[in-house]
Amino acid sequence: MTGNRVGEVIEASTAGFTAQCYELYQSPPLGSLVKTADQPMELYGVVYNATTASIDPGRRPIARGGEAQSEDEIYRQSPQLLQLLRSEFSVLVVGHRQDVNIYHYLPPKPARVHSFVYSCPPDEVKEFSQSLGFLNMLVNTGLPVPRDELIAACLRQISHTHEDRHQFLVTAGKKLATLLGNQFNQLNAILERISDQ
Amino acid sequence: MTSNEPRLGIVVAGSLTKGVEVKLDGAASVEEMAVGRYVTIEGQNRRFFGMVTDISLGVTDPSLTLTPPDVADPFIAEVLAGTSTYGSLHVLPLLTIGGDATSLLEGPQPVKTVPSHFSTVKLASEQDMALVFGKEDEGRFHIGNPLDMETKLCLNLEEFVKRSNGIFGKSGTGKTFLTRILLIGMLQKSKAVNLIFDMHNEYGWEGSSEEHTYKVKGLKQWGQSKVAIFTLDKENSDTRRVPTDFTVQIGYDEITPEDISILRPTLNLTELAVEAAYQMRRRFGKSWLRRTLQLGEEEVADILKEANIHESSFQSLKRGLGIIERLGFVVPQAPEDTVKHILNHLDRGVSVVLEFGRYRETSAYLLVANMLSRRIYTLYQDRAEKARANNTPLPQPLVVTIEEAHKFLNHEVADKTVFGTIAREMRKYNVSLLVIDQRPSGIDDEVMSQLGTKITCLLDNERDIDSVLAGVSGKSELKSVLARLAPKQQALIFGHAVPMPVAFQPREYGSAESYKSLAGSESALSQQIEKDIEELWP
Ligand SMILES: Nc1ncnc2c1ncn2[C@@H]1O[C@H](COP(=O)(O)OP(=O)(O)OP(=O)(O)O)[C@@H](O)[C@H]1O
Ligand SMILES: [Mg+2]
Repeated sequence: MTGNRVGEVIEASTAGFTAQCYELYQSPPLGSLVKTADQPMELYGVVYNATTASIDPGRRPIARGGEAQSEDEIYRQSPQLLQLLRSEFSVLVVGHRQDVNIYHYLPPKPARVHSFVYSCPPDEVKEFSQSLGFLNMLVNTGLPVPRDELIAACLRQISHTHEDRHQFLVTAGKKLATLLGNQFNQLNAILERISDQ
Repeated sequence: MTSNEPRLGIVVAGSLTKGVEVKLDGAASVEEMAVGRYVTIEGQNRRFFGMVTDISLGVTDPSLTLTPPDVADPFIAEVLAGTSTYGSLHVLPLLTIGGDATSLLEGPQPVKTVPSHFSTVKLASEQDMALVFGKEDEGRFHIGNPLDMETKLCLNLEEFVKRSNGIFGKSGTGKTFLTRILLIGMLQKSKAVNLIFDMHNEYGWEGSSEEHTYKVKGLKQWGQSKVAIFTLDKENSDTRRVPTDFTVQIGYDEITPEDISILRPTLNLTELAVEAAYQMRRRFGKSWLRRTLQLGEEEVADILKEANIHESSFQSLKRGLGIIERLGFVVPQAPEDTVKHILNHLDRGVSVVLEFGRYRETSAYLLVANMLSRRIYTLYQDRAEKARANNTPLPQPLVVTIEEAHKFLNHEVADKTVFGTIAREMRKYNVSLLVIDQRPSGIDDEVMSQLGTKITCLLDNERDIDSVLAGVSGKSELKSVLARLAPKQQALIFGHAVPMPVAFQPREYGSAESYKSLAGSESALSQQIEKDIEELWP
């Protein structure tokens, strides 16, 4: 499988999954496209949330830098801290690939726990975004993060893989305009965030 | 068969009577649309031809109008155009122009349904326009342009002359100019010959503009060999330096009581006076008119008693006949047979314009036009019937042009004049009428309904408008179109010769360029015309 390995699935459901990063703070960017395999199927998803917290949910980290000169000094003085924290990211599944075909709808089964998660290389992002059916899923989910932020971030990320970035954004904007036909304020918020001006 | 014109949008709603709603694509700018533009709609099974009747703006979310977006950002403006904010067109479907069998075989057909949801709408292409408005070719003649358009409106004149037609409009709106253009077209492009009763001496040789500021060419100047000018008033024609071919005189014995009965209102005769004319003919045969005028007093008394004619009726008749007798072209014995001369010309394919010179009174016009036409029509009738019986070709089509048509075709006389008969019998004998009139409401309804194609310039009398538009579908829209025509050189054409009503501007007539474009370039006839023009205007 091509692309950088960025984590491993630790929790999965039909609509999404959560993965843990192998290294602290190494979550893929908000809105970026990642994938995971459940042979013969590959699942595509958009990163919508990332967290870093204590390994033990009962014990929250406490502030340690009162005496320290810099932030780095905190980790240098207590190297075990790195072992007590972990970074995770959450992914909304927006499509899948079976054989050579890409489908912009949910796969029949959720991802498997301990599957590896990869970031998608630009060519694959471009291929995935040849059509914009996946926007529908982004528009229609309830998420803990603001929807306009996520959609704007996702489109900004994807647009860099297209030669005619402006045209891609206009097409995507028009698609959103139809999906958000009667929610003009939402639409406007997204458009302001992806405007290339 | 789809056109390559860029797509404007799609049909989203509508009805046949009210027209369809078209949502414009983002790329199509509202500001580039115009009411009156023609569009095509690609339905599933047929193609529709329609006209833009309204243009509007819409938004999908009303909050957009309350907090307008930042359209200074071209990106946002581009995204919103055609999606959240869109233009829409209101289009009235007029014709189907292909797709179904009838419209392929017989050309554009009136619409009976609307295109289905989301049918693509495009601007009408050149070919589509040509399908509807005709294209200039051997059979089709350019009569003008649809209002505000470059496209030519071309009539198939051979089809046109198969039925009687009418040109209407109040005084000074351009009827005579338009008729002249049509007649030139017929000389050039139809196989018909014309017989024109030219009341105001406008058609044969030079006619003048209304203001008498400039002269315009007459028919003979377009085809020396194809037009002959006959005159009732040689002296007057000579003064105007018109080269005439024949001077028409009418003998007493050519006039019949039928002619008198048509003149009844004009000559102010009583019904009984007309009845007296018939009785006189019964008694004296062909020479009835001369005898009526010449009878001595005693003779009269005897005859009146015998025939049971009232003295006052006889005096009324005699007074009326006196008016006719005083017409300069009415003579006891005509030196030559006018009808034979006219037919001689018509048979050679030469059209005849009969000038009335100074005889502008209605009685002269009615008498002569009706009498000559009646006799010519009878001969055509015989020939056509013989041709049918022997399976030989019908005589060449003849078009008779009359002005002041309501005087021949009003309710009272329409069934007595030959013109009423010609209008009703349609193309049976290959004779049709071109009637020109300021007061169409004066024309008998039945005759009006028989006219194949009507061309009307501005009319302002409600009754005239109603009578011209009687029986046309979409009457109320046409009424408003008619009311908005310019007072000169604009007209509405509808009926047999055009697939749908079209408001148009008759082509310009009178300038050097107009003559040049009318002359065309290729045909032998137009070369002849050019030669004629050179000879006449060195
Ligand atoms: N096609 C045209 N080309 C140029 N001028 C025109 C044309 N049509 C009309 N006109 C102008 O309008 C004037 C009136 O036209 P015209 O004499 O044909 O009217 P009309 O309807 O025959 O009037 P009337 O009922 O009094 O006979 C003309 O003198 C001419 O100046
Ligand atoms: Mg006139």
